[in-house]
Amino acid sequence: MTESLRLEVPVLPNGFRLHWDKVRERHVLLFPEGAIGLNPTAASVLELCDGRRTVEDIAAELSQRFGGADVLADVENLLLDLANRGMVADVSQ
Amino acid sequence: MSVSNPLLLIAELSYKCPLHCPYCSNPMTIGDAKYADELSTEDWSRVFREAGELGVLQLALTGGEPLVRKDAEELTRVAKEAGLYSNLITAGTPFTRTRAEALKEAGLDNVQISIQDSDPVSSDHIAGTKSFAKKIEAAHLARELGFPLTINVVLHRKNLDRIEEIIALAEELGARRVELANSQYQGWAAVNREALMPTREQLEHGEQVVIAARERIGPKMELLWVLPDYYEDTPKPCMGGWARDAMVITPNGDVLPCQAASSIPGLEFDNVRDRPLAEIWFESDAMNRFRDFVPEVCKTCPLGRFEVDLGGCRCQALALTGDAGNVDPVCQFSPHHALVTDAVASANRLGRNGDGEFVYRTEKATARV
Ligand SMILES: C[S@@+](CC[C@H](N)C(=O)[O-])C[C@H]1O[C@@H](n2cnc3c(N)ncnc32)[C@H](O)[C@@H]1O
Ligand code: SF4
Ligand code: SF4
Repeated sequence: MTESLRLEVPVLPNGFRLHWDKVRERHVLLFPEGAIGLNPTAASVLELCDGRRTVEDIAAELSQRFGGADVLADVENLLLDLANRGMVADVSQ
Repeated sequence: MSVSNPLLLIAELSYKCPLHCPYCSNPMTIGDAKYADELSTEDWSRVFREAGELGVLQLALTGGEPLVRKDAEELTRVAKEAGLYSNLITAGTPFTRTRAEALKEAGLDNVQISIQDSDPVSSDHIAGTKSFAKKIEAAHLARELGFPLTINVVLHRKNLDRIEEIIALAEELGARRVELANSQYQGWAAVNREALMPTREQLEHGEQVVIAARERIGPKMELLWVLPDYYEDTPKPCMGGWARDAMVITPNGDVLPCQAASSIPGLEFDNVRDRPLAEIWFESDAMNRFRDFVPEVCKTCPLGRFEVDLGGCRCQALALTGDAGNVDPVCQFSPHHALVTDAVASANRLGRNGDGEFVYRTEKATARV
């Protein structure tokens, strides 16, 4: 049963938050049952998932940071992967 | 093996509780005078800050009933400041509007409410006190205030047949996660084992219902089904390993590797009143006692399974065999495995309606049992 995931304006689900783990020196995503470590790319994408920015906005912002490279496809894939694991939702849901 | 920093702190704020669940995993010794000497607000606050420094990410505020502490809101605020993700594990009855709003304001991250059964009369009977209606109110309130909600139901012979209704109730309450936790036989549950242990038929039916419900409900509500280890032939890795990721602090400040460890004779627990938390985590005798420990039987395990199950639970080994250093008797290779299979056989002879009186969890009963 794969629902087609529609992600326009991504946001962290209720009860999820980002946290800088200073002991392990990495970002982690915290949620009721636990925590997962994030690589720097995932963290920088999730930081921008504020329920206002669209996927395109996020890609554009990251692109600027990375000297204009086209990152849209990468951002989309990453977000879909996180959405499949229940770590990102669309703001409309 | 090098010791890594802890991820989870289980803070047992108090052993006082308005409920009397016969399956309660709290130690039999809850009535001991030392537990009445509870840590102060300042002590807990310092501990939470030290935990944050030590790399703890998750905090479970539990007990007993954590909300019997009037400072639960203040402690939640401190936890938030210390960067901890806070999870309130409550029976629900003291989760009133005033307190719930203050907890929200203080930054509480998640609310977990335990319910004893979907049937109000049975729920109150298991809890040993009238409490069902208040739990339902508390769950609605949690959702109204925008908390993510976990519903926890400990399953056993007296409620497993209603698993379908239990799942429906959790759905109705808007839980994002339901823990269907088959009772582990720790603490008071060990004394009540005969009254609690389900039959194989009940469990198989339960599992079918869970699989169907998952299919029907999809991702909007996660269903966790925890198998009772008595029905398995390899044990569970208790707490993810002795003092590997988690620590428990009792109401009076003793630091334990798991909630049942106070039952192990000869373990000296350090107290947060005497030593910094980091020192206790890395150096205390109790934390180090079974850290790199491999039970004899596991050294020649035919399944090579030690890294998966770590030889099971030290406290269960103690409770059943009298020696915490034995392999968990749930393991089919344990020379004591018959203790487990006999209990299962006896539960199945008794059948789903077999009774067995409950010994209710009270501080007074501590002395009697
Ligand atoms: C000991 S209680 C303390 C918090 C609170 N009084 C409550 O019951 O929710 C912590 C959690 O452990 C669960 N629990 C208690 N006894 C258990 C057992 N024997 N096996 C599995 N879970 C148990 C409870 O349902 C609750 O979710
Ligand atoms: S499990 Fe029941 S008796 Fe034990 S602390 Fe929780 S509510 Fe109280
Ligand atoms: S012998 Fe030890 S490692 Fe092997 S299954 Fe049993 S408990 Fe697990």
